[in-house]
Amino acid sequence: MEARRVKKPLHVISFIVENKPGVLFRVAWLIRRRNFNIESISVGPTENANISRMTITLYGDEPTVEQVVKQLRKLVDVLKVSRLDPDNTVIREMALVKVHVPDPAARADLDYYVRAFRGRIVDLSPDAAIVEVTGTPQKIDAFIELMRSFGIKELARTGATALPRSPKE
Amino acid sequence: MRLSGAKALVKSLEDEGVEVIFGIPGGAILPVYDALHDSSIRHILVRHEQCAAHAADGYARASGRVGVCMATSGPGATNLVTGIATAYMDSSPIVAITGQVARHMIGRDAFQEADIIGITTPITKYSFQIQSAEEVPRVVKEAFYLATEGRPAPVLIDFPVDVQREEAEMDFDAKISPHLNKVVKEPHPLQVKRAAEILLNAERPVILAGGGVILSNASEELRALAELLMIPVTVTLMGKGAFPENHPLYIGRIGMHGSAAANKLIMEADVILAVGTRFSDRSTGRFDAFARDATLIHVDIDAAEIGKNIKPEIPIVADAKHALKAIYEAAKELARKRDSSTWLQKVKEVKESLEKTGQNSADELSPKNLIREIRRLLPTDGIVTTGVGRNQMWASLYLEVYHPRTFITSGGLGTMGFGLPAALGAKVAKPNSIVVDIDGDGSFLMTERELATSIAENIPIIAVILNDGWLGMVKYWQDLFYGRRYCATCLKRGIPDFVKLAEAYGANAARPQSLEEFSKAFKEAMSSDRTTVIDVWINPDEPVLPFAPPGRSLAEMIIDLREVRRGGS
Ligand SMILES: Cc1ncc(C[n+]2csc(CCOP(=O)(O)OP(=O)(O)O)c2C)c(N)n1
Ligand SMILES: [Mg+2]
Repeated sequence: MEARRVKKPLHVISFIVENKPGVLFRVAWLIRRRNFNIESISVGPTENANISRMTITLYGDEPTVEQVVKQLRKLVDVLKVSRLDPDNTVIREMALVKVHVPDPAARADLDYYVRAFRGRIVDLSPDAAIVEVTGTPQKIDAFIELMRSFGIKELARTGATALPRSPKE
Repeated sequence: MRLSGAKALVKSLEDEGVEVIFGIPGGAILPVYDALHDSSIRHILVRHEQCAAHAADGYARASGRVGVCMATSGPGATNLVTGIATAYMDSSPIVAITGQVARHMIGRDAFQEADIIGITTPITKYSFQIQSAEEVPRVVKEAFYLATEGRPAPVLIDFPVDVQREEAEMDFDAKISPHLNKVVKEPHPLQVKRAAEILLNAERPVILAGGGVILSNASEELRALAELLMIPVTVTLMGKGAFPENHPLYIGRIGMHGSAAANKLIMEADVILAVGTRFSDRSTGRFDAFARDATLIHVDIDAAEIGKNIKPEIPIVADAKHALKAIYEAAKELARKRDSSTWLQKVKEVKESLEKTGQNSADELSPKNLIREIRRLLPTDGIVTTGVGRNQMWASLYLEVYHPRTFITSGGLGTMGFGLPAALGAKVAKPNSIVVDIDGDGSFLMTERELATSIAENIPIIAVILNDGWLGMVKYWQDLFYGRRYCATCLKRGIPDFVKLAEAYGANAARPQSLEEFSKAFKEAMSSDRTTVIDVWINPDEPVLPFAPPGRSLAEMIIDLREVRRGGS
């Protein structure tokens, strides 16, 4: 998994779909059917209540990514598919990480890392904390790597979502 | 207009011009059947829902119009699945309508509830579940639109029984949702120009026509282009009929069991214009060996087909008819003459030298003799359907086809049992054409019950069973690749007497012992207004040649079995 990440570039496919039952199923089915190995998928409403945006990230070679895009375009409920250029795209993901922090030293370390990553501690108990961190998937990867030294009790990632930047003069 | 959902469905189908529905009723679709009682639409009661879908498919392939099939919820719906998948693989436009349990029962594992939307998502272009009666007119319009627009495909409408009964104000002028229209029909002019130039400069060009040429009714355009540039034409199994096979530029069909000349010539081509084909592995052999040194121009209406299996130099996303016409115009405009003589001379030599190869059976009732005899007797607009197996491959090798939509076979899914119900559908679509099902004993047995439909509904067809007493194609693989270890392929024990079987259904039957008797039986069958089954016993060791074994290149095809050693596959 880690090795694959290094080799191939991250691709971001953003597409808007009709907001109706069964759409997520059809997209998920397509990914399985065509044997596409995706990294993440996220869905959420847009400014228009009838339309949702989905974002898929994957590490893959050019022909594979092209096939994903073409196959998505064929889905009846998919309205528009764009491949986002990672250099001109704002990509964000959120993660919640529950780590083991049994003593003040560990808590101080954690606080240091969280600040460095501009995260937030959102829950504290005598021996554990939940950290919220937002950023690019790579940043999240790096943060999670650091958290391993504490012992990760639980982890939840949202998957990436993205929008293209507006063109600048 | 205030109507029940069921009545609105029937009216919408009438508005779409539907003449016939193949189906079987049941509790969850009864309101629709009740509404059908007052309709001009003919309902044909089949004996198994699989055959409703195959018949609708045969109807669609023969006519170019949407075929409609209908079933009740649960087992009725699931029985449609093989037929829908068959149509899906061969891009055949059918609309399948299924009953469903009432809305408030969905998800409760109600009696005869099946998640048919979930089950058929992979084998339909789209599936609708009608949630309220007022949606009916729009859903039907969208279903027919999607089934035929762009690359044709099956579409399913799942109709909960309470919505069938629900009344609503119906708007039959409802428009389809605008986002459904995603199809690009016109080719990109620059790509067209490049294609025309490449073809004009080609030394050894070949046109490969797939089923898409038939689906887009582009045979005339194909022929015009081939004749303008004097380019030899080959077809895939699904493209059979796209180009007249008695035309001097026709070189045969490519594929695992394609003609030797076509397989050889396409592998030697320097330019291939492939139109309306998805490069199935059965057509191309090993992908990485196919057209390796050729410049490939690929025309398809489905952008996702381009580059899926084989990457072209010139991709053209367009309707085959429009693209062929545009390339023709562009080539004409360039007004250059291609010097085609050297290549055509070579093509002629290859054709002549390979035509007589292969093993010629000494049997009088050999598949080749039988199929050639069928061709001799059958009018050119006669329609042939097939089973799956050796019978299908022999039919595709030996039957010359002159018109599109007159050779109907399950190419993509290879569904045994397709032949008879598809023949019934084709006959309903083209009542004035003679329809012949060239079938295998194994395939025929899978849907033989539809003889009852044929008699009850007065749909006369001719079924010629090439009866070898075996699941012959599988036996053939066991012969070649598994050291003649015949596991589960012999049908002889328990095979019915097809003559008696046919007669039991009320059909005519014959078992000819010579070619002459066969001709006589076939002629009688052609003039009869009742279905005839002709049971011909053939030699079970008859090979199918040429044979490019699975996973190999077309260039490695076996033309003569004496070349074969035992090998794996
Ligand atoms: C529904 C289905 N089941 C199994 C197969 C696998 N299969 C391919 S050809 C064949 C044998 C066909 O036998 P028959 O119809 O007698 O034709 P023959 O090859 O003997 O001419 C089988 C079992 C299939 N294609 N379809
Ligand atoms: Mg057989």
